[in-house]
Amino acid sequence: MQLSNQTIMMKKMKYRIGANKFAKLLFMLSAFFGLGVLAVLFYQVFSQGIQFINWQFLTGKLSTQPERAGIMGAILGTFWLMLVVVPVTMFLGVGTAIFLEMYAKKGRLVGLIQTNIANLAGVPSIVYGILGLTVFVRLLDLGNVVLAGGLTMALLILPIVIVASQEAIRAIPSQMSEGSYGLGATKWQTIQRIILPAALPGILTGAILSLSRAIGETAPLVVIGIPALLIPFPGGILDRFTVLPMQIYYWTLDSSLVAEYANLASATIIVLLITLFVLNSSAIIIRNKFQKSY
Amino acid sequence: MVVKERIKEAPFSVVNNETWKKPIYETHGLNLWYGTSHALKNIEMNINEKEVTAIIGPSGCGKSTYLKTLNRMVEIVADVNISGSVTFKGNNILGNAMPVELLRAKVGMVFQKPNPFPKSIYENVAFGPRVHGIRNKAMLDMIVEDSLKKAALWDEVKDRLHKSAYGLSGGQQQRLCIARCLAVDPEVILMDEPTSALDPVSTHKIEELIKAIKNDVTIAIVTHNMQQAARISDRTAFFLNGEIIECDRTSTIFTNPSDKLTDDYINGRFG
Ligand SMILES: Nc1ncnc2c1ncn2[C@@H]1O[C@H](COP(=O)(O)OP(=O)(O)OP(=O)(O)O)[C@@H](O)[C@H]1O
Ligand SMILES: [Mg+2]
Repeated sequence: MQLSNQTIMMKKMKYRIGANKFAKLLFMLSAFFGLGVLAVLFYQVFSQGIQFINWQFLTGKLSTQPERAGIMGAILGTFWLMLVVVPVTMFLGVGTAIFLEMYAKKGRLVGLIQTNIANLAGVPSIVYGILGLTVFVRLLDLGNVVLAGGLTMALLILPIVIVASQEAIRAIPSQMSEGSYGLGATKWQTIQRIILPAALPGILTGAILSLSRAIGETAPLVVIGIPALLIPFPGGILDRFTVLPMQIYYWTLDSSLVAEYANLASATIIVLLITLFVLNSSAIIIRNKFQKSY
Repeated sequence: MVVKERIKEAPFSVVNNETWKKPIYETHGLNLWYGTSHALKNIEMNINEKEVTAIIGPSGCGKSTYLKTLNRMVEIVADVNISGSVTFKGNNILGNAMPVELLRAKVGMVFQKPNPFPKSIYENVAFGPRVHGIRNKAMLDMIVEDSLKKAALWDEVKDRLHKSAYGLSGGQQQRLCIARCLAVDPEVILMDEPTSALDPVSTHKIEELIKAIKNDVTIAIVTHNMQQAARISDRTAFFLNGEIIECDRTSTIFTNPSDKLTDDYINGRFG
């Protein structure tokens, strides 16, 4: 090509600069589309629900009369549910990841387990609900209590926690563990003192993100059978319970009968969103804090 | 190629400073396979106590493999089959008689790339003693200071012991790794090209350090740098294609080698 030909070059230049600008516009639009829809959603929810959030609403019992209804039961239910989900998923998830990455010999069996875990992450949540109903509610005869719901939720997010933990462990350079073995540390000491501390930010980020999924999930609980109305506050993991998203579901369902229920649902959505926002932010803060320390 | 046994002095040898040196490691008929690839062939070699033994040879000839066999790190990285015998102070290390954790406490290792842990300088040095059960704070403080002094790093880091080890330069990190080794009071330190990632000044410091600690510890060092081997080692082993061609006093290897291949390699005619 004749680069010295100024007029041809100027023509091409115009086209190139135009295409450059167009590309930028395209990507900006696609970014703003998602953000725009989210903004509309937020606006709708907040304008409908914000004036219904008050002390009485946050701490009160459930009631059929909209002006007296509160969501303390659902808040407590979510809290107890997490108290089951967190230790169970952390222990099983991190344990499985450690086994697969540190102990298991790479071979057919491990490959099979690995593929299955990846597949389990894609199984629809309602299927986990059916599993929970069959195993925990009926077979183990727990009934539709917090423990049964929590174990079901734990299984649901387990694959995500395993995969996130595995990736966090795999990201640690092998020179780290070699340095530790080279000093005479056992495998367990190496895991405890080198692998887990270095993998912790990744593990925690994965765990918290999957936890937000469990907090917002309804389908498995619908299958297990969560009562719609008027149960006493749950005081432990063997009590019957409801959770925030279930409350949203029931109020939205009944809003054709009582119009104010739609507002209550919006108010509950705000509470749920704020909870999730706090959880996700803490995931980011934890990750940044640990990464800075070395 | 015929394997040549040239360790004429073994098991006891008279060396230039007129002290008796006895072998701390004895290797007999060592063979090692990575799967089907035969990486070490019938190795016969001794490593003498409180000497620096250099291992030289072209890339892929099995130097690192041999070094990592001496503290059994080779089994961590890959599936290997080993036959023959390697004894450390008279005990065969290849069987189950000696726990690898004990062996590795007595035989430290320094790697090609400095690999400090993502912890503070203090915690890096205290790691080994802690792993072996020392909890006493005063004792740990003493070990840390002592090891850093031996590694000629104390003056540079004494004001930032609790800062991250990643804030150190590459050369300082490598000396930290040596200090980390020294903290478990090893009898042998294995070094796999410890200066190949470092600048000349840092390299010089590490060579001085090696000369200083060799009165207390035995050192086996793999190096691609002939001058380095000549400068710091008492004995030199030349590896080629998984075999040991020659192992003798460094002065002999560099001035009057018995094998033509050694001569060719040292003088850069191949490799
Ligand atoms: N983990 C492994 N799996 C399979 N083969 C390996 C492995 N590590 C080394 N080898 C092979 O064993 C032989 C010796 O390798 P080794 O690393 O001991 O060589 P080296 O002399 O240290 O080379 P360099 O000077 O490049 O470090 C090489 O042919 C290499 O390909
Ligand atoms: Mg090597």
